[in-house]
Amino acid sequence: MCETCGCGDPEIVPIEVQERILSDNDAQAAHNRSHFQGLGVLAINLMGSPGAGKTAVLEATSKAAAGRLKLGAVSGDLATERDADRLNAAGIVSSTITTGSACHLDARLVHHALHHFPSSDRDIFFIENVGNLVCPAIYDLGQAANVVTLSVTEGEDKPLKYPVMFQKADLVLLTKVDLIPHLDFDIAAVEDALAHVMPGANMLKVSAKTGEGIDAWLQWLEERRPAAVEQPPEARAHHLPEHSHEHPHEHH
Amino acid sequence: MHEYSIVASLIDRVQHEAIAHGGTRVHRLHVKIGELSGVEVDLLKTAFDTFRERTICAGAELAIDTVTPAWACPSCNRSLAPGAILRCDDCGRPARMVQGDEIILERIEMEAPDV
Repeated sequence: MCETCGCGDPEIVPIEVQERILSDNDAQAAHNRSHFQGLGVLAINLMGSPGAGKTAVLEATSKAAAGRLKLGAVSGDLATERDADRLNAAGIVSSTITTGSACHLDARLVHHALHHFPSSDRDIFFIENVGNLVCPAIYDLGQAANVVTLSVTEGEDKPLKYPVMFQKADLVLLTKVDLIPHLDFDIAAVEDALAHVMPGANMLKVSAKTGEGIDAWLQWLEERRPAAVEQPPEARAHHLPEHSHEHPHEHH
Repeated sequence: MHEYSIVASLIDRVQHEAIAHGGTRVHRLHVKIGELSGVEVDLLKTAFDTFRERTICAGAELAIDTVTPAWACPSCNRSLAPGAILRCDDCGRPARMVQGDEIILERIEMEAPDV
C-alpha cells in the first residue's frame, strides 16, 4: 500500500533499494582493479581539461623513465587516435578508446581496452581520460590513484570552479610551469584554492618542455608501485589458474 | 553531460526491480544526490524526462533529495565549517567527507498487483 503520499492506493508498493545508481560501473571497476593487481601494475587515471598537457606529461614521463619503467597507456579520445600515436612514438605502448560523443571513460570501456591491449608486462598503466573537468571524476575505472593536470594558462581558480574533480584527486600536476614568467600566475592562489577543495592537497609543478618536476612526479609514482606489485591474495586467486568472467574473451 | 548516462543506469535498475517484484507501472523514484557528486539536479531531471518515455518509468515522477556536503577530521571527528580549508586545525589531518557525494537510488514506488 502507498504510505508515501497518503493516497492509500493498495497496489502501489515501495521497493527499498538504497544503492548507488552507478553500482554496475562500480562492479566493473572492481573487476578492472583486480586485473591491475593481478598483473602487478600501477594504474593511474589521468584527468584534466582539453589542452592541459596530459599527453605531453606522459611523453616527458616516458623520456625520464626510459630503461627503468615499462609504461602503458590507453587514451580516451572523442574522434581521433592522435594521442595514442604520440604516446607510441614516445615509447609508451598505447591504444585508443574512441568515445564518440561520450564525455568520459567508464569502467566497461576500460575493461574492453584492457583485453585488447598489446602488452601485459607494464609497470605503470596510464588511463588518459577524455579532456573534461566534470564527468570523468564520477566514474571509477579501477585505478589506484587519480591524477589531475591543471595548466598555468587555465587560471588559479579552476579548483574552486570544478571542486568535484579536484576533491577526487590524489595528486595535482601543475603543468606548463615554464610559461609562468610570461603570465600573471599566482602559485599561492592556486595552492589556497586546492586547500579548500582537496583533502590533503598535494601539487607538483612540472614542465613537459623543460623537464622540470618530472623526476618528482616519477618519484611519486614509484612510491605507489610497491602497493600495486604486492598483490593481495584475492587478486591472484581471481585470475589464476582459472579466470572467472561472465563473458568470453582472450587475454593478449 | 553524464547525466544522460546516469539516467540510463537508473532506468535499467528500475526495470530490473520491476521484473523482480512484478511491477507494472512506476509512480515515483526517490533518489539522493550530493552537491559534490558531480551530478547537476536540473540536468538529471531533464535527462529523466527525456529518457523515461517508452520505458517502465513513463509518466513517473523523479523525487530528488539533495545532500549538503559535510567534512570532518578522521582522527578527532571534529566537524569542519562550510568553506573551510579541508584539514583539521587541531590534528592537521586531511578532512574526510561525511556526506555530499551521494548518487543513490533510495526507493521505487510501483504498482505491483501481485505483491
